[in-house]
Amino acid sequence: MEYPEDCKYTKEHEWVRIVGDNAEVGITHHAQDQLGDVVFVELPSVGTKLQAGGAFGAVESVKAVSDIYAPISGDVVEVNDELVDAPERINDDPHEQGWLLRMTVADRRELATLLDARQYAEYVAAEVEG
Amino acid sequence: MSRVRRHVTLDEPLLFERSSPGKSGCQLPPLDVPEVDAEQALGSNLVRREVRGFPEVSEVEVVRHFTRLSSWNYAIDLGLYPLGSCTMKYNPRLNEAVARIDGIASAHPYQPESLSQGLLEIQRTLEAFLGEICGMDAVTLQPAAGAHGELTGLLLIRAYHEANGDPRRVVLIPDSAHGTNPATASIAGYDVLEIASNASGMIDVARLKAAVDDSVAALMVTNPNTVGIFERDIQEVARILHAGGAQLYMDGANMNALAGIARPGDFGVDVMHLNLHKTFSTPHGGGGPGAGPVAVREHLEPFLPLPRIFDDPHGLRFDWDRPKSIGRVRAFYGNFGVLVRALSYILAHGGDGLRNATVDAVLNANYVRKGLEGHYDLPYNAASMHECVFSDSRQSRRGVKTGDIAKRLIDYGFHPYTVSFPLIVRGALMIEPTETESKRELDAFISAMQAIAEEVERDADLVRKAPFNTRTSRVDETRAARKPVVVWEPRSRK
Repeated sequence: MEYPEDCKYTKEHEWVRIVGDNAEVGITHHAQDQLGDVVFVELPSVGTKLQAGGAFGAVESVKAVSDIYAPISGDVVEVNDELVDAPERINDDPHEQGWLLRMTVADRRELATLLDARQYAEYVAAEVEG
Repeated sequence: MSRVRRHVTLDEPLLFERSSPGKSGCQLPPLDVPEVDAEQALGSNLVRREVRGFPEVSEVEVVRHFTRLSSWNYAIDLGLYPLGSCTMKYNPRLNEAVARIDGIASAHPYQPESLSQGLLEIQRTLEAFLGEICGMDAVTLQPAAGAHGELTGLLLIRAYHEANGDPRRVVLIPDSAHGTNPATASIAGYDVLEIASNASGMIDVARLKAAVDDSVAALMVTNPNTVGIFERDIQEVARILHAGGAQLYMDGANMNALAGIARPGDFGVDVMHLNLHKTFSTPHGGGGPGAGPVAVREHLEPFLPLPRIFDDPHGLRFDWDRPKSIGRVRAFYGNFGVLVRALSYILAHGGDGLRNATVDAVLNANYVRKGLEGHYDLPYNAASMHECVFSDSRQSRRGVKTGDIAKRLIDYGFHPYTVSFPLIVRGALMIEPTETESKRELDAFISAMQAIAEEVERDADLVRKAPFNTRTSRVDETRAARKPVVVWEPRSRK
């Protein structure tokens, strides 16, 4: 699996992509593959303050419910409402149409602490082996 | 394939769909009192002219309908039910006979204490027995199920810290925990901090030590944990928590691996709940009623829910005058009929019998583990207690996942094991045979699982498409969850 180069990744399997002044957040291809078919997404409301590493919502599949963690700190400016009726977008296109929310970027230096595409792919490979 | 059980393959419609207008299951005698117009007596807003889709069927149609449906069920009375962590024990018939004794079955919750002495004695005796089995000082029988017991336990911890003028805000939970633990802590108003397990699937003592500070109210731990492994460092865990002013909560879901052998009170637990429908063989059926008694050490006793049973010169009574109590957690005093069955189980076994049941449960789980070790991957090597956990890592290389193996197991006449839990094991197969299963039944289960492992190598597609011997094969679980249809509509009106 090739992970998009324009994203940064967490060890909890979220991705974050800088678009202009804001950041877009979602869960990775590996995360959706492990979860199986997503049936419900719980997202914060616009204006919610997110703290890097803090849980901000949950993704529910036929197998399990998983918390989603904020890769960076900032305020929620938009959530992907289309996921309410079409949660399968997270499975079908996790890195584009399956985005979860858009947020402000409180401190760009936080991005430096995250994994890049190559590091994340290696991390996933090691996890699958282990 | 020697032990396949055939399902009734009839496509039984809903009872509503069997309806023919005007048909009736009974004949009423002619009215021998003056007829009253319902609309006049009650008002038109309270009268229904028609019940839409109400089934009009004969008696034998009703009987056959439900008998056919019941034949589609799988039950512990038909065979092994190896759901790990759920402890689907056989429910001895003696429990049912005792629960049906007249004075017990027809008791009313509002009958006065003076006429309920025997019933109060049953409850007090059960409290004393459960306290002894757990090595704890006091027990409340009120909570209606395990998760309710957890909540009661955490409210006790909260009340205790607050009474000491030291309210704390964090509850620590290992990543192997039941999902109810973090839910409980959150409902009780705490922040949850997850502690990653070590390479053996146990609590990482160093990580725990680093996490305990003066904001931590308690650790919630299941022992043996959900990987079926006894937390060997539990005394050290208790010492670390107590040194930091925190409490140790034990989820007693797996107490059937300890009863009669080890007592949580002796290894440092402050408060715990029991699932009577697991360890003490009361029915699981139909989602309840359950029972989740909570046992505490002495320092938490003043906070137990109202009321408490106590011995008064005139007999047993409920004590309502307990100012430190967290208050009521349930109407009346627990699910009484369930409590009776648990006491019956304890008395029928006696101390030695309970110990034997525990030993047999552990023996059976290890027998299954040994039989399947060469066929399925065992992610944690530590000794198993009452259940064993495999992963599907060998089979998933052939595109077969734990859920597929479980579905194929249905073809062999067994209820599936627990699928995909605990979450710390990727593709988990969690198997708990319980103590009642004979060697013959376990051998049949082991051969079925071995046969499936061979099928995966030979014809993976067969397993991926199972089951074949059931009334319906795979249902679309995803669509059912995404677009659930929860209101029945007559076919003709769709």
